[in-house]
Amino acid sequence: MTSYPDWWKLVFGRFTLEALPLHEPILVVTFIVVALGGIALLALVTWLKAWGYLWHEWFTSVDHKKIGIMYMILGVVMLLRGFADALMMRGQQAIAFAGSDGYLPPHHYDQIFTAHGVIMIFFVAMPFVTGLMNFVVPLQIGARDVSFPFLNNFSFWMTVGGAVLVMTSLFVGEFARTGWLAYPPLSGAAYSPGVGVDYYLWGLQVAGIGTTLSGVNLVATIVKMRAPGMDLMKMPVFTWTALCTNILIVATFPILAATLALLALDRYVGMNFFTNDLGGNPMMYVNLIWIWGHPEVYILILPAFGIYSEVASTFCGKRLFGYGSMVYATVVITILSYLVWLHHFFTMGSGASVNSFFGITTMIISIPTGAKIFNWLFTMYRGRIRFELPMMWLVAFMLTFVIGGMTGVMLAVPPADFVLHNSLFLVAHFHNVIIGGVVFGVFAGIAYWFPKAFGFKLDPFWGHLSFWFWVVGFYVAFMPLYVLGLMGVTRRLNRFEDPSLQIWFVVAAIGAVLILLGILCFLVQIAVSIMRREQLRDTTGDPWDGRTLEWSTSSPPPDYNFAFTPVIHDHDSWADMKKRGYQRPLTGFRPIHMPRNTGAGVIIAGFATLCGFALIWYIWWLAALSFVAAVASVIIHSFNYDRDFHISADTVLREEDARSDLLGRA
Amino acid sequence: METATAQAQAANGAPVFYVKEDEHEHSGGSTMLGFWIYLMSDCLVFAVLFATFGVLGRNYAAGPSGADLFDLRLVAVNTTMLLISSITYGFAMLAMDKGRQAAVQGWLVVTGLFGLAFIGIELYEFSHLIHEGATPQRSAFLSSFFTLVGTHGLHVSFGLLWLTVLMVQVSRRGLIEANRRRLMCLSMFWHFLDVVWIGVFTFVYLMGVLK
Repeated sequence: MTSYPDWWKLVFGRFTLEALPLHEPILVVTFIVVALGGIALLALVTWLKAWGYLWHEWFTSVDHKKIGIMYMILGVVMLLRGFADALMMRGQQAIAFAGSDGYLPPHHYDQIFTAHGVIMIFFVAMPFVTGLMNFVVPLQIGARDVSFPFLNNFSFWMTVGGAVLVMTSLFVGEFARTGWLAYPPLSGAAYSPGVGVDYYLWGLQVAGIGTTLSGVNLVATIVKMRAPGMDLMKMPVFTWTALCTNILIVATFPILAATLALLALDRYVGMNFFTNDLGGNPMMYVNLIWIWGHPEVYILILPAFGIYSEVASTFCGKRLFGYGSMVYATVVITILSYLVWLHHFFTMGSGASVNSFFGITTMIISIPTGAKIFNWLFTMYRGRIRFELPMMWLVAFMLTFVIGGMTGVMLAVPPADFVLHNSLFLVAHFHNVIIGGVVFGVFAGIAYWFPKAFGFKLDPFWGHLSFWFWVVGFYVAFMPLYVLGLMGVTRRLNRFEDPSLQIWFVVAAIGAVLILLGILCFLVQIAVSIMRREQLRDTTGDPWDGRTLEWSTSSPPPDYNFAFTPVIHDHDSWADMKKRGYQRPLTGFRPIHMPRNTGAGVIIAGFATLCGFALIWYIWWLAALSFVAAVASVIIHSFNYDRDFHISADTVLREEDARSDLLGRA
Repeated sequence: METATAQAQAANGAPVFYVKEDEHEHSGGSTMLGFWIYLMSDCLVFAVLFATFGVLGRNYAAGPSGADLFDLRLVAVNTTMLLISSITYGFAMLAMDKGRQAAVQGWLVVTGLFGLAFIGIELYEFSHLIHEGATPQRSAFLSSFFTLVGTHGLHVSFGLLWLTVLMVQVSRRGLIEANRRRLMCLSMFWHFLDVVWIGVFTFVYLMGVLK
């Protein structure tokens, strides 16, 4: 330990040069690779003189479509990080047997499993889901943007800010070693004195503000901005699931924010909410965090259900079977999701009656979910099924998710849970439903809406390769964990003694490598599709013979989405319009009122992120300064009343004529 | 809109698939709903703090209890300040409806002063408690007390900042549509904090002094 002069602490807080992990070769190499990649990227952007373009057209954009696409890019980038963690864990567990320590010491391994969980939920699944909702929902309801376009941009950059903080922890300091929900007292100041838990707290706090505001925004959008004639029971199913998901976001993320704030008070101010002494009660945290945590998994899965519904009806060429029951099932799941949180800790002393209540409510959720599965099956029954990529994901989802659902019902039985809890069986279960449900759904959604976003389809060959590697890789990686869990192997261990277990971990590691190939094929698919975009071009705007409004406009849609606001008579409104001989209007365009781009979102979120970083390192002057700067930026932004402009009728006419040309070419 | 569509349909028999004359609605229409939803999400933050106080509020850890600490007369004065500020904000809104800008500004000043008095008294109470050794660190009861009441106070403080900014904006641009909308949002925020305070007064202070 070098000693530091007094002024150091004043300027740099508790940051010291020892906080840079120069003694960890894995991290040094990772840092070099990331830094080289980053420098290459920055150099490329500079060389292409693209900074102005990126800033004006993307970073400051309030266009829901561009924000949606940026969310998806964030999700892909963070998927690579989260998956690298997964590969490291699988590698470690496959070799750390019979006296071998493997290559990851416990303090590093613990950070990796924590980071993996946090990143995959908050910075992969959430951006993917939010991105798809952002892009698709306004198009599906015939709107020109969301209710609060600036807020949308700000929400996105807050999510990025949270991701930046979590990524920073990799190279400056450390991340939490507590597991992804950071239970106290382990996560309290007494047992986790370092910066790890603080990175966790402020990363999630910054991103959580973004998520909450994005939820408010989308609820208001869906309630207020639907095209005339689209009453609630004529909304596309994806929009329904988006509505329920965003209601859940608004109803749960504030709980997360408050809970994390209480833990932060314990850690920073020395309060006693969750400590072992002076009246604190750690169980309070466990309850609160799961009151957020359980609805969170439905926040992720409901939009995926919506995607599957759109895919099922489009690629089976018929209306969704049981639209009404699908809507009611979604609403019932939304409500029930709030009544099951305690099943995450049956073993923590609630007693038989409480456990029974929560066990039963949990099992009840499988009823509306089962109804959904039947609806999709009956939509396929006697449909003209086209096995395009999104449809393949749907079938893989149904097979996989049913297995995950059944193991979920097993875990919902409290006596069984006493055997299975905290085992690899649980790990296999939630990966089964999150990969088999959310991730497959996101890939289905990407394949389905990519042509709408960019004007060309994704390359099917690499898509199929990615699909098969993912699906097979999933089974190879997680079925062994079910077996290990039933044998009693607990989670979050970095080494094992019993050599007879090793073969299962080796198989699981092979599965992880297969999934890696799936991810790589997905990236290749994007690159190949961009190169072959002329062959894959969608000139019609309706490449799949779609049924909902987003397919009625061009691909990619113009900034204003629809030259005239559509009027809806039936659900599956675009299919209805096509059937009844809708003629695209070619004249009579009027100026369109649109929101103006602004850099305020980037700036405010930047200050908020800086404030989080300063708080993590106890750099109080910087924390105060950046907080004041953030508030001041909000105030300055509020003095800007000039927030919109009109797209002239001539511009609209030009855009629409260009589309006529495209349609003529088709 | 429904009727217009129906008429168009009736006129020529063919269904209408788009609106020719775009009505000039914009995000203003969603602001109230959006702000209301935000308030409900904020309400959940308070719900968590109330629940925490409910669970931990009697964990004194051999330290002082509410009955030992709370000065109900002071809290009654404080409550009065906040309730009156809500009424005066109401007067500001009435003046806004009549388009009387000077009256609006006047009532906003009065509201701000009562809000300031509320915060002042709260800070005095906090400093007094800390001075007596009843610090937030002393027990789970005091942690949850300071956090619940302090979060409310923090909200009122931000409300005051917002109020000040709005007064500048009203003086610059007058009671234009955007400013009316903002005044309306702050009005909802201010009354919301009042409602929360009634919960705090009842559950924390009144029930706190009961043995």
